Amino acid sequence: MPEVGVVNLTKKFGNITALENINLQIHDKEYFSLLGPSGCGKTTLLRLIAGLIEPTSGEIYIANKRVDKIPPEDREIGFVFQTFALFPHMTVWDNVLYGPKVKNFNLREAKTIGDEVLEMVKLHERLDAFPGELSGGMMQRTAVARALAAGAKTLLLDEPLGQLDAKVRNEIRYEIRKMAKDLGLTAIHVTHDQSEAMSISDRIAVMKKGKIVQVGTPKELYMNPNSLFVAHFIGESNFLEGSITNAEGEDLEMELRGGYKVHTICKHTSTSGRIILAIRPEAFTMDQGLVQKDNSLSGRVEKVTFEGTFMRYIIRLKSQDCVVVIRPSMAEAWTDVGSEVTVSFAPEKTHVFPYPQAGLMKEISV
Amino acid sequence: MIGRGFRRSFLNALKELSSKRAVKYTVYASAVVVFFVLILLPPIFGIVIKWGEIQQVFDQPQLMGRALTAIGNSFVIALAVSALDLVAGIPMAWLITRSKSRWMGVLDTLADIPFVVPTAALGYSLLLFWNSSEGVSSLFGGSLVSTGWLLILLLHFVFSFPVVVRVMVGALLDYKMEYERASRTLGAVPFVAFRTVTSPILKPSFIAAFILAFARSLSETGATFIVAGAFENGPVFIQNLKNSFSAGLVSQATYEGATVFASVILIVVSCAMFGVIRVLGPRMKLPFKGIWPNIERRLSYAKAANSRNTLTLVVFVIIVLVPSLFVALPALQAVFTRTLPDALSGSGIWGSYWQSILLSYALGAIVTILGFITGLPMAILIARKKLGASKSAFLDILVNIPLIVPSIALGVSLSFFWKQSFPFMPEMLLLIFAHLSITYPYFVKSMSAAFERISIDMEEAARTLGAKPFSVFSSIVLPLSKYSILSGAIMVFTRSVSETGATIAVVTSLRTAPVVIVEWVKGTVPANSLEIGLGAGILVMLSFLILFLLRLVTRGKGKY
Repeated sequence: MPEVGVVNLTKKFGNITALENINLQIHDKEYFSLLGPSGCGKTTLLRLIAGLIEPTSGEIYIANKRVDKIPPEDREIGFVFQTFALFPHMTVWDNVLYGPKVKNFNLREAKTIGDEVLEMVKLHERLDAFPGELSGGMMQRTAVARALAAGAKTLLLDEPLGQLDAKVRNEIRYEIRKMAKDLGLTAIHVTHDQSEAMSISDRIAVMKKGKIVQVGTPKELYMNPNSLFVAHFIGESNFLEGSITNAEGEDLEMELRGGYKVHTICKHTSTSGRIILAIRPEAFTMDQGLVQKDNSLSGRVEKVTFEGTFMRYIIRLKSQDCVVVIRPSMAEAWTDVGSEVTVSFAPEKTHVFPYPQAGLMKEISV
Repeated sequence: MIGRGFRRSFLNALKELSSKRAVKYTVYASAVVVFFVLILLPPIFGIVIKWGEIQQVFDQPQLMGRALTAIGNSFVIALAVSALDLVAGIPMAWLITRSKSRWMGVLDTLADIPFVVPTAALGYSLLLFWNSSEGVSSLFGGSLVSTGWLLILLLHFVFSFPVVVRVMVGALLDYKMEYERASRTLGAVPFVAFRTVTSPILKPSFIAAFILAFARSLSETGATFIVAGAFENGPVFIQNLKNSFSAGLVSQATYEGATVFASVILIVVSCAMFGVIRVLGPRMKLPFKGIWPNIERRLSYAKAANSRNTLTLVVFVIIVLVPSLFVALPALQAVFTRTLPDALSGSGIWGSYWQSILLSYALGAIVTILGFITGLPMAILIARKKLGASKSAFLDILVNIPLIVPSIALGVSLSFFWKQSFPFMPEMLLLIFAHLSITYPYFVKSMSAAFERISIDMEEAARTLGAKPFSVFSSIVLPLSKYSILSGAIMVFTRSVSETGATIAVVTSLRTAPVVIVEWVKGTVPANSLEIGLGAGILVMLSFLILFLLRLVTRGKGKY
């Protein structure tokens, strides 16, 4: 049962608290991501689970066994390093067989395992190559193969795709997920790239400044962010300031800066007074000219960027706030810079957050 | 104002000149010429000149036997010493780099002590500690370790120890811990991780440390002569022969023949050995077949690590540190007797002592400056591979030759060459050349290593911003490498002050400080134990001052 559990985990480096009171349950055979900006403590958390560093306090469980007092070699984990850390003095084959050898498997068994994992990562032709002779993608595959060959049921990946170029990165991320799923592994994947986390994870923990902000499936995080930070970090959001004028159950009426009167349906947040309304750029529809509609904001197109699949418009509202609107590039006519437009949104496709005490920029800053 | 204006136009002229191809080539070419004419070729020609005299040795089988035994002893001791140094030095370096204790900085500095103490003073200190009735021997009655091979072994172990520790500390600091962590996550216990991953990756450094310790042991003359007694290794054999010749016991031809014979064998065998180590070393595979789970697990954790650390520290303190500093005892005694005022007033033997100190330090300073000037272009040539990869690598090997040639053999052949070619050459100049030859590799090595660490991108960035090569060097390369250059300079200086073998070989009238100490201890110049103690003590104190300076200037090393 390789579930991974973390209870009240704290890690301090001198006076700096890298992780504070972390609690986390990762299910058996789950592909789980730790996502956050650099310096948020996600790699520290992974290294604590691996036993590469020791916690200041708290407990770590792997497969229902408490492991925070035992060394990494006894934790039954596989670890893929950001720099791959392939042993430079060994060939691909020797690197892959290293785990089975030091774990004292019998030789035939070790070779069978080596063959299997190399088959899986399609590296059979490069058995005798040294790490220095491999491309980034091959090194990455070797690193994964090496971690798998040691037979661990828990795979820890520290920014495993960080060193690869965009194209290879996109290919390999699905391969890694597929391998983990095929072998029935529990995988914990550290990344700062939200699209990477979104596309491969069963669940994601979003971290900020040593704390976990929200845990959920990619869809939950995107559709129902619990904070301005998550709304900002996962995908993209427009933040508009305003205050609530009337609240009836989930139905909120509010006035945004610039005098726009809108109403939204907000399931979770019961709030009053000063708020921030978050709207995704793709949640807007756009009409030419000034159109009278519910929940609409009018302004002038300030910038248009062609992004292939999408058109990105930056629209300056009367209030001088800007909103970003994304529209499919092929499905409708393009709008030129300087045009007067009205953008509108459905009441249920928004999120309302109380205005943060420290200010908006401070709240969403990493 | 005039001075400043002149300085500016001078610098501008330099900058302009530096971008001219012809100037660049002249500088590099002259560096190569200086290397060949002053450093590499004179010792070779010195031997060639006296080649005929070797017949003398073949005519005297007894002398030849004695020479061969002595040389054999040299190699056996050097091999044993460098192996022991690795065994003791690696755990020490490990402790220094891995322990989180604040005291490790202090331990690091203490480990350097035997390196900066001139070997002659070190030799006397060890002699007192192990051999005289005032040292540890007094506890056992009589002398615990008599003069001879065991004392030489102890001595060489002590002065090569810092070299090994220094190399290994550097290697461990550069080593990417990620490899070891990867090995741990794959199931290796710490000892297995060290055996199968860390040590193969660090093998080049092991080899480098081994070679340096080996070369130091082969080369050392002054201190070895002090503790040798009737025992002879190569350098002591040459030294004894020189003394017999001075005393009129052997003919000049016999002396020269035997010296050339011994020097040639020492040089050829050591060059051959280093060639073999260089070629075979990297191919040598550490056995990695099986795993011994129980034993290796037991060797890995707290208990074993603690006892290893304790043993390392005990060996360091009892074998290295205390014997090295034992000379402080008689030096301190001397302070409370008439010896101190005598010494300070420079009466009796002290007049020549102070002269020798002055000579040693002046010589050290001159050699350091000359070494910097001649070594700098060479270091750039090697670090930046200006001659292409293969020629630069070849140059790198050539530059290292003086490091592995026993210094007394180098000195002997140098003096043959210069005295034959320029009979009226001042002895001081000869001394400078000899010390320059011996210290040259240290400077070039430390500078080229420093330059290699500076990314070429940085230089190119400066060039694209409009800097001429001279400005690039003075504003980018020099500031980034100044700590390495300074520590290289201090190393050259200490090595020159400490050098005995080559000095003895080239001089007849001049006396450097270590030579004076050797003469006092051996009774060539009568001196009592308090005087010797104080004389050696002063040398040691001056060395500490230098060590302190070294620490001061290299403290900010990690800044960039």
